[in-house]
Amino acid sequence: MELLKKYPKTFQWLFLLIVFFALCFAIDVPETYKFIRGQAEFVKDPNQSSYVFLGKEVRYYAFDVFWRLPPLLGWLPIWINDSLFFLMNDWMPIEVWNEDTQEFKSRPIVLQISRNLTAFMTFLIELIREILLGGLETIVAFTSWDWIDKNPWAELPGLPWTIVAAGAALLSYKLSGKGLAIFAGLTMVYISIFGQWKPSMQTLSFILVAAPLSFIFGLGLGIAAFKSKRVEKALYPILLVMQTMPQYAVLVPALVLFGVGDHAAVIITMVVAIPPMILLTLLGLRAVPSEVIEAGRMSGCNNFQLMFKVLIPTARRDILIGVNQVIMVCFSMAVISAFIGAKGLGFNLLLALNQLNIGLALEAGLCISLIAILLDKMSLAWANKQTDYFGNLTFYQRNKNLLFFGAIFVIGIVLAYIGTYLFKDTFNYLFEIPHNKGISTADFWNKGVDWIFDTFFIYIKAFNTWLIQDVLQPMRALYLRMPAIATIVLVVGAGYLIGGIRSALVVCALTLFIAFSPWWDRALVTAYMATFGVIVSCIIGFTVGTLCFQNKHSANFMLGVCDIFQTFPSFVYLIPVMMLFGITDTSVLIAVIVYATIPATRYTIEGLRSVPAGLHDAATMSGVNKFQRLTKIEFPLAFPHMMLGINQTIVFALFMVIIGAFIGTEDLGQYILKALSDKKGAGIGLTLGICVAFIALIFDNLIRAYVQKRKKHLGID
Amino acid sequence: MSEPVIKCENVYKIFGANAQKMLKDSNGNVDAKTFQENGCIVGVNNASFEVSKGEMLVVMGLSGSGKSTLLRCISRLTDATGGKIFIEGQDLLQLNNKDLIDLRRNKMGMVFQSFALLPHKTVVENIAFPLQIKGVKTEDSISKAMDMVKLVGLDGRENYFPRELSGGQQQRVGIARSLAVEPDIWFLDEPFSALDPLIRKEMQDEFLRLQEKLQKTIMFITHDFDEALKLADRIAIMKDGIIEQLDTPANIVLNPATEYVRKFTEEVPREKVLLIEDVMEASKDNLGDLKVSKDEIIENVAEKILTQEKPVAVVDNDNKIIGSINPTKIINTVFGGRKNNN
Repeated sequence: MELLKKYPKTFQWLFLLIVFFALCFAIDVPETYKFIRGQAEFVKDPNQSSYVFLGKEVRYYAFDVFWRLPPLLGWLPIWINDSLFFLMNDWMPIEVWNEDTQEFKSRPIVLQISRNLTAFMTFLIELIREILLGGLETIVAFTSWDWIDKNPWAELPGLPWTIVAAGAALLSYKLSGKGLAIFAGLTMVYISIFGQWKPSMQTLSFILVAAPLSFIFGLGLGIAAFKSKRVEKALYPILLVMQTMPQYAVLVPALVLFGVGDHAAVIITMVVAIPPMILLTLLGLRAVPSEVIEAGRMSGCNNFQLMFKVLIPTARRDILIGVNQVIMVCFSMAVISAFIGAKGLGFNLLLALNQLNIGLALEAGLCISLIAILLDKMSLAWANKQTDYFGNLTFYQRNKNLLFFGAIFVIGIVLAYIGTYLFKDTFNYLFEIPHNKGISTADFWNKGVDWIFDTFFIYIKAFNTWLIQDVLQPMRALYLRMPAIATIVLVVGAGYLIGGIRSALVVCALTLFIAFSPWWDRALVTAYMATFGVIVSCIIGFTVGTLCFQNKHSANFMLGVCDIFQTFPSFVYLIPVMMLFGITDTSVLIAVIVYATIPATRYTIEGLRSVPAGLHDAATMSGVNKFQRLTKIEFPLAFPHMMLGINQTIVFALFMVIIGAFIGTEDLGQYILKALSDKKGAGIGLTLGICVAFIALIFDNLIRAYVQKRKKHLGID
Repeated sequence: MSEPVIKCENVYKIFGANAQKMLKDSNGNVDAKTFQENGCIVGVNNASFEVSKGEMLVVMGLSGSGKSTLLRCISRLTDATGGKIFIEGQDLLQLNNKDLIDLRRNKMGMVFQSFALLPHKTVVENIAFPLQIKGVKTEDSISKAMDMVKLVGLDGRENYFPRELSGGQQQRVGIARSLAVEPDIWFLDEPFSALDPLIRKEMQDEFLRLQEKLQKTIMFITHDFDEALKLADRIAIMKDGIIEQLDTPANIVLNPATEYVRKFTEEVPREKVLLIEDVMEASKDNLGDLKVSKDEIIENVAEKILTQEKPVAVVDNDNKIIGSINPTKIINTVFGGRKNNN
């Protein structure tokens, strides 16, 4: 009894665990239960039960309610899908003037909006693409195909790669200095020489449309949310879900609404990239000291000036992180949206991965990553740029860069012109090095992969077998063995113990949504893979972070490494693991671990850094040794921040697990991927995405509740 | 006397959801406690005063006394819940947004406790900011800002960023910025509170030098009673949103209106605050040869007076005798007051 009073929390947790295990053991696996693989559940089966709701028939395998809840939400994906189709095809027809047939035509309003949006996006992308690569579409947009036929000379010629490369270097020099200029130049030359010019420029044109638009909309909505509580309240839940929704899942509805192609990819990229921008804008604006706002007001700013001259510049740090995120997401999506027909490096990367041509995939992946890093650094440098008022500049000095670019432009064109004579019979390498005609190291890498495989086959195989048979399979079986009711009791109980009744209710609602969806089993598999990834990532991240923290330089170095790794599009992580482990769950899990270790490491270092220096000194003066200081002072104080790292780790891990479906896993991701090729997949894809988001949000809720309590307890904020 | 530059009549500021209604119901008789029970917090409670041209009014109070809130009502950074505020005869609360902005652009300057500089702008850009907001051409605004840089003694640092400056230097930038538009009214919200004691004293002296030159109408907020005594023409002491006493430094020290005010005055070295005029007696009998001006601070003439045996004559500006002062009175003033209180 004494013990019970002394450690009430411990006993509450113990009680919860006892209930959980009791439920697990009390409820037997039904004899008819089996994990459903493949397409089986789409086939009509006499063993299935069914019900009709809202006119939709839902078929499912019925079990004891305690074992698996019936899919009461099974109608939701069908309903979403039908609604989407109704919106697109039947809702509110309006009269539209048709240019070709010269008559009014009736068209549903959503379809018309979607068409207009599509046309606009296509125009923007083509404009940039044709400046870089040349083409007809832009001129066609202003005239017509007939006009082009009559005037065959009217074609945008495209810029020679020499001009773009030198231009990029010059811009980098102006923005930041020599270092970035050299990096920019080398990147562009590399891209060109290795024959990735065309796909790279396609990807670049896609990003040059998607990133600025996302930035503008994100900033705008962030400002709106800052100004109006109501807007913020309306946006907040959407933002939460969007932040945790796997990017695959949003592809499917986009497919229905906007069709296939670069334009759809841009729109969907914006949908994914805008939420973090909004959140960070809001965060930054909130953090502006009230005295700075008052100083702005007293300087006589009107509302507009206050926002754009005082608030936004002062919140620059957070907004820049937002820009950074936007660029990161855009590159990530540049690959993923290849599934819905975006051209460029992403498409080549997917194709190469599909053919298991690791070498080609590596080259494409490297190109994307290099461009991502370059744009990231350039945007940072641009935002930090200063004006000089005192320099008494001559005309030449003031327009130096413009003149330089003019010179480059002329030289580039001359070079390209010379090229037409130099390379009469082959391609004009001074204009554009065509795809596959550059140097390729693909063979080298492929041979390397083969060599690794031949040499280490036994060890890799042994490791693989051990991991799958002795770790993964049992873990998976354990997860699947949990009766639904036990899982729900455990999660909700944890919610109650950590965050009280409110937290319990939220967590309960989220869990029930997944439990009532038709994919509880799949969700469990997703959860098991994510759990495994998160545990290993956290162990590695905490260890590496703690070790690096011991020395200031290594800590800074590690944070830099994290920055660069974070810039890589998520798909790129699949390349090296497929090189080593082929198409197995191991590959996915290792990609998950690598990807999810980034936030774990970063937050560990940042958390340890946030421990006040005074406490450090106090501890040292109390005579603790290094180890004691770490365990008694630094860890307990850094723990709340490290927990936020775990939160991020979970989100990252889930993202990668879902992306891993590309390699072939049996989780929710597999169905999302399947929904992509399903004409009626929009509802399924979206619901599945929400399921994944909810898994992340359950943990998010628990961790945040814990961190808040803990921080209050420790008195840090 | 000309019209006061700032005039407040029964100003109230109450925070909370239905502050307006509660203020109306209370009929001007606001009790902080009952308001708090209803979820409202009283910031400023029935403040009425005037500040005339070229005068420096120091508002003194501890944190939470409502002094900053009062200042923000007068600069209309927050809207007062009740009462009337006149700036040069204009009803501040009736101004529309455009007129308010015009007023701030041309007539008001403000200095903040935490400096509130824009982190992304250099010293000179920060100072030029109010001018640029007003629409002054970049070149003109920068050259005007450079004059200000010289005025506050920051020449050579005009291209520094705020983060590269010390606290004192940052506040010099804040002062220069608030003066850039040449305002008539100058608000200072605890400008020196975040500074180290030595720097603070230096800045106070600098501030007095500037005011000597510029003769602005000033409202100065501080929680430091010594600072108030040193700078003020008149002091308003606030507690719980109420102005406990508003008077010259000498009168506050000599005749504290409430127990709260008296506590502040206890430790004040009177000889540094009081003038001869404040302690002289009316009798003109039996005077000695020495004459002192009525405007002298006691500290400066105490030694001279104490060597006299007879009462010393006090003269006004025209050298006319208007009263006398006894050496024993000086001793009583300097030592007596405090002994009684201990």
